[in-house]
Amino acid sequence: MKEEIANRLQQISEQNLIDIEQAKEQGRSVIGFYCLYSPTEMAVAVNAIPVPLCGTRNDPIPAAEETLPRNLCPLIKSSYGYGVSDTCPYFRASDIIIGDTTCDGKKKMFELMARFKPTHVIELPQSQNNPMAMEFWRAEIEHFKTVIEETSGQQIDKAKLGAAIKLMNRERHVRKALMDVNKAKPAPLRGAELIEILFRVGFLADKEYGISLMEELTAAAREGAFRQGDPPKNRARRILLTGVPVGLGSDKIVNIVEQLGSDIVAFENCSGYKQAFTVDEGKDPIDALAEQYLATPCSVMSPNEGRFNLLREMVEEFSIDGVIDLTWQGCHTYNVEAYLVDKMLQETFGITSLHLETDYSESDTEQLKVRIEAYLEML
Amino acid sequence: MKKFAGIDIGSRTIELVVIDEAGQIVNSLQTDTGFDPMSEAKRMTGEVEYTTIMATGYGRNLFEIAFDSPTVTEIKAHATGARFYFPEATVVLDIGGQDSKVISMFPSGKVKKFEMNDRCAAGTGKFMEIMAKSLGFDIEQFGEKAMKYKHRLQISAMCTVFAESEVTSLIAKGHSPADIAMGLHQSITNRVAGMIKRVSAGEDLVFTGGVAYNPCMHDQLEKQLGVRVLTPDNPQHVGALGAALLARAEA
Repeated sequence: MKEEIANRLQQISEQNLIDIEQAKEQGRSVIGFYCLYSPTEMAVAVNAIPVPLCGTRNDPIPAAEETLPRNLCPLIKSSYGYGVSDTCPYFRASDIIIGDTTCDGKKKMFELMARFKPTHVIELPQSQNNPMAMEFWRAEIEHFKTVIEETSGQQIDKAKLGAAIKLMNRERHVRKALMDVNKAKPAPLRGAELIEILFRVGFLADKEYGISLMEELTAAAREGAFRQGDPPKNRARRILLTGVPVGLGSDKIVNIVEQLGSDIVAFENCSGYKQAFTVDEGKDPIDALAEQYLATPCSVMSPNEGRFNLLREMVEEFSIDGVIDLTWQGCHTYNVEAYLVDKMLQETFGITSLHLETDYSESDTEQLKVRIEAYLEML
Repeated sequence: MKKFAGIDIGSRTIELVVIDEAGQIVNSLQTDTGFDPMSEAKRMTGEVEYTTIMATGYGRNLFEIAFDSPTVTEIKAHATGARFYFPEATVVLDIGGQDSKVISMFPSGKVKKFEMNDRCAAGTGKFMEIMAKSLGFDIEQFGEKAMKYKHRLQISAMCTVFAESEVTSLIAKGHSPADIAMGLHQSITNRVAGMIKRVSAGEDLVFTGGVAYNPCMHDQLEKQLGVRVLTPDNPQHVGALGAALLARAEA
């Protein structure tokens, strides 16, 4: 990333922590979110600050392994490790932690987390097409609303929630526009840069500021600000990364691909394009939130048709040459679904995917490099 | 006349193959990797003449820096080398010192899909060496001895450490070393067959790497998969040969 922008993002992150502290002192609540299935609109509706929580670095995993089994998913261990070792400032600032029953590992981890932090777990159905599941999920969203009301001491009415949906739709729209910059050839943003921008902006307490910052960076990227001085590449492949979420510290695959001279141009995961949705502003806000959030195409859903539709759309729109499907160790749902992803890609586009299973550690870097290099060779 | 070299720096051995413009093998060398692979590579390259060289194997990046040479992954090198011996082949199984891989190709020879097992030594050459030793066999005779089995045994552990203790307990129960050896070969075959089935659909198989010398593995694979298992004369040189062929193609 161009140094100037990187430095600025770093500064913004530091300033943001100070802003959050001040906002707390002035009585604003801070709500910590782990998963895309929890509607952040609820927090926004009571003028609380929704923050994503740390869980993408290897550092706190040894602390987590004092309690959790070693062969668990690194994302769960990292999340828990940050909490238990009190090393995530956003976790510390949060008045309550919102989790979802996305998988067995997380569900049981939240039980342990609740021992040292107020935690609310939203129970997520496993299917999106079942009317009973929707009814249940809507009740969970209603209940989530009362939890936020109790935490913040403020009531949520339709008007407030409607306004929150509008604001969050704007944010998602701008976020999508930033990711869509890479539909251009060559991609104006390296994958690592896109991750860093999305990651850092995600923590910003001031939503309007985040929106204007993303708009500014989108314009700068379109003008080629991030690629200035880059040597031309002749064999760069356009890779789509799908599967589990990645962030700063869990981006080793992105770095290897880019070291080998290709580009990760798009991310079909919950840290990337899965966030590019729009909540219906014309419906009852609770209904609209329930419908849209349950439609999140994560592998925990069975079946998970939405992911295949999204993948098909992205492979075409981003002119993708190859797909890397990433599974964190222990994530059964993404691990199993990898077979169907590969099959769909072969049948629809005649490309095979590269499925990788790994964790946050660096111990298998060379092995991953051979696989990725061989995959890029064959494209 | 121009000559093209390929060097495959593996975890257990280094192979160097030199071919001429017609693709005929001029030199073929092999040595143990040892502790200082770059010194070994330097000595070997000093013993032959070549115009350009291409490196493959896990040590290829070190070689790239030390010798300023282009590199290719083991996947592409093995696919290319296997097609030299068997031009129609579309599936390659390579079991080397510390990893095993299955490569499937389009009829054109272009790599289509591959699977690798490399996070531990399970089912690799290293695993077989340790198991042979714990049964008192030379690695060269391990397969032949196994084929003299009398009773079928089920061995479930694939981790080198666990398998060693399972072997120890089978010895203690009075099972013969040949029966245990056969059980081990079968469990490796089961594992490898799973990998093969994930990337291919019943095509004949080219078997490369040091483990391809083992007649029992060859036999078991043919029986279990119902395909012909083809082994080149020198299965350990296939990666280096592939690299040499790719060096020639790039020249």
